[in-house]
Formats: sequence, C-alpha cells, structure tokens
Amino acid sequence: MNVKDQVIAIIAEQALLEPSDVTLDSTPSDLGIDSLGLVEAIFAIEETFDISVPFNANDPTEGDFDISSVAKIIEGIEKLKAGQAA
Amino acid sequence: MKRVVITGAGTINALGFDVADTFKAMREGRCGIGPLEFRDVDRLAIKIGGQVHGYEPEAHFNRQQLSLYDRFTQFTLLAARQAMEQSGLEFHGELADRSGVILGNSGGGLNTQDENFRAVYEDGKNRVHPFVVPKLMNNAAASHVSMEFNLRGPTFTVATACASSNHAMGQAYQMVRSGMAPVMITGGSESMLCFGGVKAWEGLRVMSKDACRPFCATRNGMVQGEGAGVFVFEDYDHARARGADILAEVVGFAMSSDAADIVMPSKAGAARAISGALKDGKIAKERVSYINAHGTGTAANDKTECAAVADVFGAHADSLMMSSTKSMHGHLIGGTGAVELLACIMALKDGIIAPTIGYQEHDPECALDVVPNEAREATVDVVMSNAFAFGGLNAVIALARV
Repeated sequence: MNVKDQVIAIIAEQALLEPSDVTLDSTPSDLGIDSLGLVEAIFAIEETFDISVPFNANDPTEGDFDISSVAKIIEGIEKLKAGQAA
Repeated sequence: MKRVVITGAGTINALGFDVADTFKAMREGRCGIGPLEFRDVDRLAIKIGGQVHGYEPEAHFNRQQLSLYDRFTQFTLLAARQAMEQSGLEFHGELADRSGVILGNSGGGLNTQDENFRAVYEDGKNRVHPFVVPKLMNNAAASHVSMEFNLRGPTFTVATACASSNHAMGQAYQMVRSGMAPVMITGGSESMLCFGGVKAWEGLRVMSKDACRPFCATRNGMVQGEGAGVFVFEDYDHARARGADILAEVVGFAMSSDAADIVMPSKAGAARAISGALKDGKIAKERVSYINAHGTGTAANDKTECAAVADVFGAHADSLMMSSTKSMHGHLIGGTGAVELLACIMALKDGIIAPTIGYQEHDPECALDVVPNEAREATVDVVMSNAFAFGGLNAVIALARV
C-alpha cells in the first residue's frame, strides 16, 4: 500500500467508515472524527510510518502539521518521511 | 449541623517543603517548573515538570519504612506531620476511634510500578521486592497516616483523577459537618513524575513542552507536578474548646458529573458544581472574591472554566479574581486540589492572592481577572477552589474567614 492508501485506511478505521467513503478533500470533522479520535489517528500514523508528528491537541490547527484535509495529512507525512529519514 | 474549620496544614511540592515556603513562593510568583530529572528522561518528548528537587527520603524515613513507602506516601506523611504539628492534636480513646483519613490520589505508587515493571520486563528479572503491592496500592498513604497518628475511624482514598483531592476534602467536610467524625485528616498527594507516568500523559498530546500558561492566549498545554497537601478538618466547637488556631472555615462543597465525555470538559457540569457549592453553603455569590481555578493551561479547560464562572456569577464574574497556581507548581493530578487549597488559605489569612504566572497575552475567551504574573493584596471573605477531572467529574469547595 502506498502512503495515500495507508492514511485513508487509518482514517477510515478511526471514522468507522469504508476507505471508499474517505476522499482526499474530506476534513476530520466531515468524517466525524473528534479531538480524541484525531489524537488516536496521529498515533496510528506515527506507528505506521515510524515518524514523529508535531501535533498538540490544544491547538491542532496551529502546529506545523496541517490536518485540514486528508490530502494535507498525506502531504505532511510525505514531508516528514523525507525529512526524518535524512 | 456542625461548623467545620481547618486547624492544620502541611505540604511538600515544587515550590517548597512546607506551607511557609509555599506561601512565600506564591507571593513572589516563583515558578517551580523546570527540567525533569529521572531515568530515561531523554526518551520523553515532554521534559519539564513541577518536580520536588533536593528532597532526601533518608532524612525523614528509615530503611524499613522506605521499603514500604512509595514517593507519594512519603510526600503525604511529610505533609501530614506538618499539619498535625500545627493542629496540636493527639489521638487517643474515643477521639481516635471516631477520627479518620480521607486522601485524594490518582496514580498510586506509580514510581514503584515503573521501577518494578522495568525490573521484570526490561531487565528480565524474575523476582520483585516482597512489598511491591502494599507499596503501590493507592490507599497506602491514607493507611500510613492512620497508623502514624492513631486515627482509627473512617479511612480511605478517593480516586477521581484531577478532582481526587477536592472530592476527598468534600467527603471529610461532610463527615465532620454531620457529626460523624470530630476530626478528619484530608487532602491528597501524587507522584507521577517517572518515565512511564510522563510517557502516558505525552500520548494525550495535551502537554506543554515549555511552560504552563493558564488563561493566556499563547497557552499550549498542561505541565505535571508532584507533591502533597494535607489538612486537619475539625469540628469548630471542638477546635474552640481546646483553643486551637483556626486557619479557615470550610463553608460549602458540591460535586457533579458531566455524564458527557471522558476527556472534554463541559461548561454545564462545571457550573453545576460551582453553583452547587454556593447553594450548599448558602453563600451569596457577591461574597466570593477569589477562585483558585482548575486552570490547567489546556485550550479546552481554560475557556470552559471561564465560561462556567461567567455563567454562575453573571456580572460579578468581572469583579472577582481567579488565578491558576498550576502555572507555578504544575498539575499535581490527584493531589492538585490539596496544594491549591493553600492558595485559598493564603488569600483568607494573609490577604494575598496568588498570581497566574507566565501570562503573556490576553485571550478574549478567558476574559476574567486572572491575577496575571504578580500577587495582589486584597481582603477577601469567601474563596472557592475548582477541580474538573477527566471523566467529567467535578468538585468545588468553598472556604471563608472565621
């Protein structure tokens, strides 16, 4: 599975949806993921890709990691993977 | 119903090893939060806390005691000794049989658990010390206090996460008030600052890496602390009859459950506990001039708490002071309400309001007088202390000058 499919699988599991229901422009709140769900999804992403995601639940929108849509999350992971592998 | 007064107080926390040092630090707005020091701290993302530094267990306890006393129990006993000494009470006969201990605590002997899990899982050992269980159980501190001071009445531990101490003190208050017990030792303690304790909190992503700045627009989370606060709650007539010094009177208490979410606080639940404490003590809201806030420094708590206070107090919310001393001593989880009650006693006794330090920028969602950065002199009549725990469990206690 590529990064995109893996992320969609993680998010779908968190949202209790089928991966086909998760589109690239969906936002976490569109999918019904609350703040606790988001923290759990970030944890799953870190474990799956062996990266550290800068994310503070106090202010999810302020950090360097953009969680405004599934596409942005994938983009952020790609960046982190490249940066943290180097 | 009996009136209930506080005739002894003790503490050890990141700001001081006793009440006088803690009051001094609160007056000066000193920060007790700094780099954490313990094994494997380099593997943590969160490396700060309100840790008790320079404390030597061997100076206070013998080898046999230390094999039974986890750090949270040690803190409790040190604070209890101070409180008992100040009260001047000794327990014999019927007084001993009817008086007891109710303490708040959340994690139990977390250092003991951490050390022994490490021994069996990481170091591969197949044997642990025989007293691991009596050392880590979260009623150990209450039991050791009862043993040290011969308190043979109702004794137990209350665990409601961050509201544990307030729930414990509320129970103690109700027991003395009802006449069930003439004296109760109460308060709470916590010692979670070890690798496993902080690692677990890290997971929630609500911890700050730099400082606890409650109510400030730039706040970015909570910071853990450790320590204990212990008080002697006594029947007013009993205290008067023996000529005891009275620190403050406990005048109201209420608790509520949000029944909503396991971590997100609810304005309605918090407001019901605050207004419940006012109602319980028949306290006109205009008499309340200081609130020691739960004020964790998380986005969720601080705005919810301010909204709840505004709801309950209406226009008077703009003229009362509300500070969070967690900015100085950190969040002591199950022990936090106990250490924070000290700020309430200082306000009543010394007329000094402890500040919310680290305050940088106004947040319109927390638009109350949070006593930013510097302590303030004020004559206050009634004060309150809020605690709103994970699990949606709220407990609010009110004190007054005698």
